[in-house]
Formats: sequence, C-alpha cells, structure tokens
Amino acid sequence: MHDENLIKEIKRKALEIRKWVIESVYRAGSGHPGGSLSIADIIACLYFHEMRHNPKDPKWPDRDRLVLSKGHAAPALYAALALAGYFPVEELKNLRKMGHFLQGHPCMKKVPGVDMSTGSLGHGLSVAVGMAIAGKLDGKDYRVFAILGDGEVQEGEIWEAANTASHYKLDNLIAILDRNKLQIDGPTEEVMHLEPLPWRWQAFGWDVVEIDGHNIEEILDTFHEIKLNEKPTIIIAHTIKGKGVSFMEGTLSFHGKPPSEEQYIRAMSELEQAEREVDD
Amino acid sequence: MINAKLTDKMRNLRDAYSSALIELGYKNPDIVVLDADLALSTKTKRFGTVFPDRFFDMGIAEANMMDVAAGLAACGKIVFASTFAVFATGRCYDSIRQSIAYPELNVKIVATHAGISVGGDGASHQMLEDIALMRVLPNMTVIAPADATEMEDVVPTIAEHEGPCYVRIGRADAPIIFETHGAFRIGKGYVLRRGDDVAIIATGTLTAEALKAHELLEKKGIEAMVIHMPTIKPIDKRLVRRAARRTGRIITCEEHSVIGGLGDAVAMAIQDEPVPMVRVGINDVFGESGEARELMEKYGLTAESIARKAKKLVAKS
Repeated sequence: MHDENLIKEIKRKALEIRKWVIESVYRAGSGHPGGSLSIADIIACLYFHEMRHNPKDPKWPDRDRLVLSKGHAAPALYAALALAGYFPVEELKNLRKMGHFLQGHPCMKKVPGVDMSTGSLGHGLSVAVGMAIAGKLDGKDYRVFAILGDGEVQEGEIWEAANTASHYKLDNLIAILDRNKLQIDGPTEEVMHLEPLPWRWQAFGWDVVEIDGHNIEEILDTFHEIKLNEKPTIIIAHTIKGKGVSFMEGTLSFHGKPPSEEQYIRAMSELEQAEREVDD
Repeated sequence: MINAKLTDKMRNLRDAYSSALIELGYKNPDIVVLDADLALSTKTKRFGTVFPDRFFDMGIAEANMMDVAAGLAACGKIVFASTFAVFATGRCYDSIRQSIAYPELNVKIVATHAGISVGGDGASHQMLEDIALMRVLPNMTVIAPADATEMEDVVPTIAEHEGPCYVRIGRADAPIIFETHGAFRIGKGYVLRRGDDVAIIATGTLTAEALKAHELLEKKGIEAMVIHMPTIKPIDKRLVRRAARRTGRIITCEEHSVIGGLGDAVAMAIQDEPVPMVRVGINDVFGESGEARELMEKYGLTAESIARKAKKLVAKS
C-alpha cells in the first residue's frame, strides 16, 4: 500500500509526461506518440519513486539503470528525465531538431540520464544483462530495468538475453514488457503471435508478474514485491497504445505519426482535463 | 625503421592472445572476458581458468554477447569479447553498430579464425569481409597484428585505449618476425625494409610474406619498401603518402577481400596524390575447403604472388 499523496503525485507526473510527449512529437513533426503514451505511467513510477538515481550526478556508479529497449518511446523517457531535472524541460521542444541534443532515439552520449543508446529493437535486454552482471561483479546493489516493446520480443536476441539472464541468476534485472498489443503492421497476434507470453518467459526461467500498466498503485506494489531470489523478473504490463488521448487509444495510426494541429489541441485539452481530475 | 627478421620460429597468435590476456587480468581487475562457446578455440578459456569470476561463456549467441559486452562496458568494465571472425562481425553487425560503436563503449572484439587460412572448414567459416564491416563503423579501431610478439603488445595497448576496437587474428601458426616487444602503437605503420622501386604495404600475417617477397625481388634487382600496417583504421596516412611519393607504386597485401579492406584504406589515404596500385587479396569470391598453405597459394596470398605482381607493376609504370 502506498499513500494517496504519492499516487496522486505520480499520476500528475505521468500526465505531465504525456503532455510533453504530445508537445514534443507535435513540434518535431515526427516521432512515436502511441508507444510513448503506453509507458508513461510505468516511466513515471520508475523515475519519481522506484529508481535510485540522482539528476545532479547522472553517472553515479550506484544508480539504478534503465535501458529503454523500445527506443522509439524516447519522448516519454526524455520527458521524465527533464521533469526529474536532468536537463531543462524547454529542451523537450527541440526533440529531433538538428543542432539540439534530443535525438529521435535515445543517445547516451548526448542526453544526460540516458543509460544506454537504443533504437534498433532487440538489443536492450542483452545490454541490461551486461549491466546486471557488472553490478554483481562489483558487489553493488543497484538494479537494472529494461523496458521492452511487445512486438520487440519477436526479435530472436531477446530470447538469447532471456536465457542468459536466468543462467546467470540475475535477480537484479527487471524487465517490463509494454503489452499494448499493437505493432506497426497490426495486432501482434496477427503479425507474429507472442502468446502465451507468461508461459514463454517462465519457460526461460523468469519470475513473471502480470499487471495493469496504467494502475499506479499496482505498478508501485509490483516493484515493491520483487524478490532477490536468484531469478530475473519480467513485469508484463497490460497497456493501451496511445493511453490518455482518446483518439490515439488502441489505434495503430499513431504508432509513428505526430498529431495534426487540431489533434494536438484536442490532445492537450484532454490531458489538462485529466490533470484537473487528479487534483479534484 | 624497426627490426623485423624472417625466422623459422612459428607461434600461434591465439596463444599470444590468451597469455597477454591473463597478464592483463592480473594487472587490471576491470578486465572481463566473454566468449560464445568457442573458448577452447579462441583460447580465452585459459583466462577463464585463472579468473573464473571474470569470464562468462555466453553460449552460442554471439549477437547477445556483443550487447552484453556493451552493458558491462557501460558500467566501467573493459570487455574482451571473442569468437570466430565470421560470427564476431557479420552475425553481430547490428549489435556492434548500435550498442558498441555508436555509444563508443569500451569493448574489445578479438576475433580469431579470420581469413582463408582457416582451411578445412571452408567458405562458411573463412571470414574475408570483417575488416570492411568493422572499418566502415565510426569510432571503431581495426587492427591485424603480424605475429605473436605483436599480438602480446596489442592486447594491453587496446585495453588502455578508450573506445571500441576490433582485432583480427587467424587460426594458423604464424612465423615470428618481431623479436622484441614494445613497438606497437595504434594508428602507426612500420617500415620494415627500405626500397625506392615499389612499396609493399601489408597487414596481419601477410607481412611475413611481404618480407619474403622483398628478398625475391631483391634477387631480381628490385628494391621494395616493406611497410607493416597493423592498424587498418585509423590508417597511418603520413606513412602511406610518404611511401607513395618515394616509390610511386603501391602493392597492398591482406588475407581479406580486395574490397573494403587495407587496399581501400590505402587508396583513400593517397586519393589526393594517387599512384598506381595493385591489391593482393581475395578477389571478390568465397573460399573453399583445403589446407591453409594450399589455399594461400591458390588464392595468391604468397610471397611469390606478391613479388610477381610487384615486378609487373614496376615494369608497367
């Protein structure tokens, strides 16, 4: 159980992240709003409660790491990092613009707080495995989080990484699978089936938890309950692509497309309305 | 000029790799070694025996290994990742590109069994494109040492160098040409023989063949300069240009495709003041099974072939 104020605070952060996703992708004229909105609540829980990190010292050796393996959700990550204080939020307006540092996909060399450069799907979990091994080698107690897309786990290397993580008993590794059920070419089960997902991960030696990826309390409780039991954990977070903007929810059309001016205004007003509802 | 001698002494570069790696392991606790089920062949297993805590077998999953290496490096480790060249580069290209070269992480890919001298395994295992694949990546340093002595220098040098490196060595034993340690520097080429008629620029174990070619040419009255170019990227441009100006003719020698390797790097270095060039390498074909020596002869990677081409070039231009 978490206190009500904390939950409200994280809800507010998640909405701020959503607004910045819309704002930054709209201004950029390209980007991936759908899959950024689906992870906004998870990212908010991580950066504003669960993760041990210090925006004043982005390279702090003892920090928890986050690998955004579905790198196209960069707008959500950048918004969280800016709101946490890694760089000025005004920079979010320069997403994907030449001469500015917010690259279309996360770049660890350019963006403070980004722990790994990603964008090409299927690499991030392996990188997180390496970070988790390093933590064990150094006797450090940091944890490594990796956010995976659901379509992404069609990549074979994900399963090489899954196998490696359980083989080396990496209980400091927590994967979060953004199960929004849509990929560019259609519903995941039509394009290339993934189910039964929990069974597949269990078979690879992981602890599997299924949650509602938009329920802040449930997300926080789930992180809280992860045990150090020599097994990596995957949280299959059931989410809605485009969550928070009515006309983007559950649709394919906003996977990789910015809103029009009219859609932008509508989206922002919906999110502002949601903010007022949190405060009520 | 540095001292290089043709001798009958042979030593395997993989043995040199493992002994240098162990020495490095004692000195630096941040060294971590990964392999992909070829640790007996690449000889990293020896490091694993001495430092079991810092050796991880990743199984037959090379692309995963490269990304794991990146994750370790992102946490401050100096990672040596080894497997055969064919798997280390072609199979892992995207992992290396995205997670090692782009973020400029401290991963040292040491690939063995490069080139056609792999022998019996045939074309599937004879990697002839790895230099091209690694050279094209920004931030990547590409090295092909000539003998075991140099390999023992390469290992600690790349560990000290901040950033990604690719080192390719072969399977076969190779003649020792350097008797003393300490010459190797990243980005530096070495004049091993002086001569004004033609410059033979070689990398990897073909440098020994280039030295033999020098002797063959000498008998025919041709004075060949021999340059050993262990670093293919960044290439020693100044030395290449100096050799081009001095001799007016260049032969490049590599156990690699004539496309994308040392030959291209040398050609780029002299594009402003070009001279006639001939490339000794694999002429855009796949290899085949056979004994290492037979294959080197069939595909023209011998001193005799180098000398023949040099003679022709001198006669022509």
